[in-house]
Amino acid sequence: MTDVAEREETPPAAEPIRACANVCEAAGCMSLEAERVLDALRERVTERGLTDVAIKRVGCLRLCAAGPLVEIPEQGQLFEAVDPTSPESIDRVVDALAGGKGGRSTADDPFFSRQVRIVLGNSGLVDPEDLNDYVAHGGYEALTQAVTTMRPYEVLEEIVHSGLRGRGGAGYPTGLKWRTVAKATSGSDEGKFVICNADEGDPGAFMDRSVLESVPQQVLEGMAIAGYAVGANHGYIYVRAEYPLAVKRLRLAIREAERAGLLGANIAETAFRFDVDIRIGAGAFVCGEETALIASVEGRRGTPRPRPPFPAQSGLWGRPTLINNVETLANVPAILRNGATWYRAIGTPKSAGTKVFALAGRVVNTGLIEVPMGVTLRDIVYEIGGGIIGGAKFKAVQTGGPSGGCIPAEHLDMSVDYESLAQAGSIMGSGGMIVMDETSCMVDVAKYFMDFCREESCGKCIPCRVGTVQLYGLLEKITQGEAVPKDLDTLERLADMVKSTSLCGLGQSAPNPIFSTLRYFRDEYVSHIEDRICPAGVCPMTSAVTS
Amino acid sequence: MSTAAPAVTTTADDKKWKMIDARIRRRGNSPDALIEVLHAVQEAFGYLEPDVLAYVGNALGVPPSRVYGVATFYSLFMLKPQGEHTVIVCTGTACYINHAAALLSRIHDRLDIKPGETSEDGLVSLLNARCLGACSMAPAVVVDGAVQGRVTPEGVDHILEGLRS
Repeated sequence: MTDVAEREETPPAAEPIRACANVCEAAGCMSLEAERVLDALRERVTERGLTDVAIKRVGCLRLCAAGPLVEIPEQGQLFEAVDPTSPESIDRVVDALAGGKGGRSTADDPFFSRQVRIVLGNSGLVDPEDLNDYVAHGGYEALTQAVTTMRPYEVLEEIVHSGLRGRGGAGYPTGLKWRTVAKATSGSDEGKFVICNADEGDPGAFMDRSVLESVPQQVLEGMAIAGYAVGANHGYIYVRAEYPLAVKRLRLAIREAERAGLLGANIAETAFRFDVDIRIGAGAFVCGEETALIASVEGRRGTPRPRPPFPAQSGLWGRPTLINNVETLANVPAILRNGATWYRAIGTPKSAGTKVFALAGRVVNTGLIEVPMGVTLRDIVYEIGGGIIGGAKFKAVQTGGPSGGCIPAEHLDMSVDYESLAQAGSIMGSGGMIVMDETSCMVDVAKYFMDFCREESCGKCIPCRVGTVQLYGLLEKITQGEAVPKDLDTLERLADMVKSTSLCGLGQSAPNPIFSTLRYFRDEYVSHIEDRICPAGVCPMTSAVTS
Repeated sequence: MSTAAPAVTTTADDKKWKMIDARIRRRGNSPDALIEVLHAVQEAFGYLEPDVLAYVGNALGVPPSRVYGVATFYSLFMLKPQGEHTVIVCTGTACYINHAAALLSRIHDRLDIKPGETSEDGLVSLLNARCLGACSMAPAVVVDGAVQGRVTPEGVDHILEGLRS
């Protein structure tokens, strides 16, 4: 990889680097002027004549609520809310670099110590804009190993045995999906495609954004391995336009990997070729659905179509297409490096590995977490999340975005895995996890998500287009104190109908927030309807006041 | 490309058109490039004018109905000119839980605009976003591209005053 330009991150040090301050430059910290923090630290280190330390740009350091963040990983020190305009704040970091104490100790802080990092293993350690740094941390080992020493079906079987399941929400076994695409005949010279679904649309979810901003090369490596396993030579990453930094870093990552012979023709000096192109969305939630996503990559309106045929048989331009989510693909290099047995041992028997969650809402430690499957919700909220803001009472945690549901306090000791979450009336979803306290009205929460679905419905099928609007209308009636008991029956009947007759996942899952809030918080609905009281004091309960 | 550039073109816009034409050519005038080209047009001109839509459709061999269909389907494409400044209030779940609605109603009180509208003086366009992924800073507001976190209704007043001066 000698042709990749040396970058300026590491000053030409005469002595070996003893400690390095990693400055988080993911979108959260960037919006809090992390770039200025990096400049200020460099300047101060030079002023103080420290030659055995380095300052480096890295990806997400995960405790997003406390940004801008700086970590000295060698010493397990994390500095929160570093202020580039305050010499004292900068000096605190530089003092620590020089061997001093200070900062939050990450070793015995449950937010950090309870996490298990596979997808985010290199996040916060590697410079997302430097291929060499990724390679120095084991990057592209897996791809090189796959194309030089393994046959495609061996790679495929490794993924099957790992037990990896789709991290986009539904949890379909990744290996089986790969196998279907591998077996499909393309019937043309143009071959098959791999699409990375980076259209992270669930409100309250930012895992994929952080992964793309922090370890873009890891996702590309996963795509190339997938391409090799299923026999595809071309990949597309479909990214939301709302994530400009992710797009920028992906572009750079593709260019660097191509120059280093790790993407494009003759990967690792073999006959394998894999090209990756970026396609940018334009603000349509439904494009997360795979057939709608394909339509959008083809430059059309993102409307879904009935399946079968599944994209594995007939996808992009009618060719066999493998569609995997960002996090799914980001797991692949580690699985090949460490083996399927290693991966399988993490998590639960049916849900192997880890899951990345975006923990947000009324919780103290807002940020990005990666935990082994099977951890309890209580551990996530109270240990890792540090509990509810202001010591308030926990009410529910919402998972799965508009397709998911709310899980109440009585299920806090539930294991977080695909089956348990489904049993509790929610879904794993892509990884948004919103914690709510007593200030949230659950009817209003259901209304919020229905508002989302009615606006994002593509309009192709009637149950979703009309049903979501009607459901919203009923919820509005309830929150305005105008509903009668019969409306609750109508709500349930209509929700059932939308669920069972909609064309795609958007409509089929749109009533889930209603189902789960009815299941656990029915008394709140009843109190809105019969007593005209909103127990949380959120709803105005009179149509005259609302706009 | 046989189609002449639309009448809206002025000399000042020539450079922008060259960029858009280059983008169209790079993708081989392929209909698949429609969304990408519309992004390029909007980046250059701020919104998508009917003439421009016709031009793009011609260049890519896409019927006007489909161009219009795509332009109206995706929420990021603007068919009307935008205000001098853009304020985006995030209404993702974390921001909703942390009372983003209060920010929208404060802006409504001040400027009498709802999301998707532009203030009468053309100064501010208000948009809402379905999650910016800035959940840790909820409620978040993006003012001309810069994200501001944990915004209060009083903070909204400051933002609007800042834009006015």
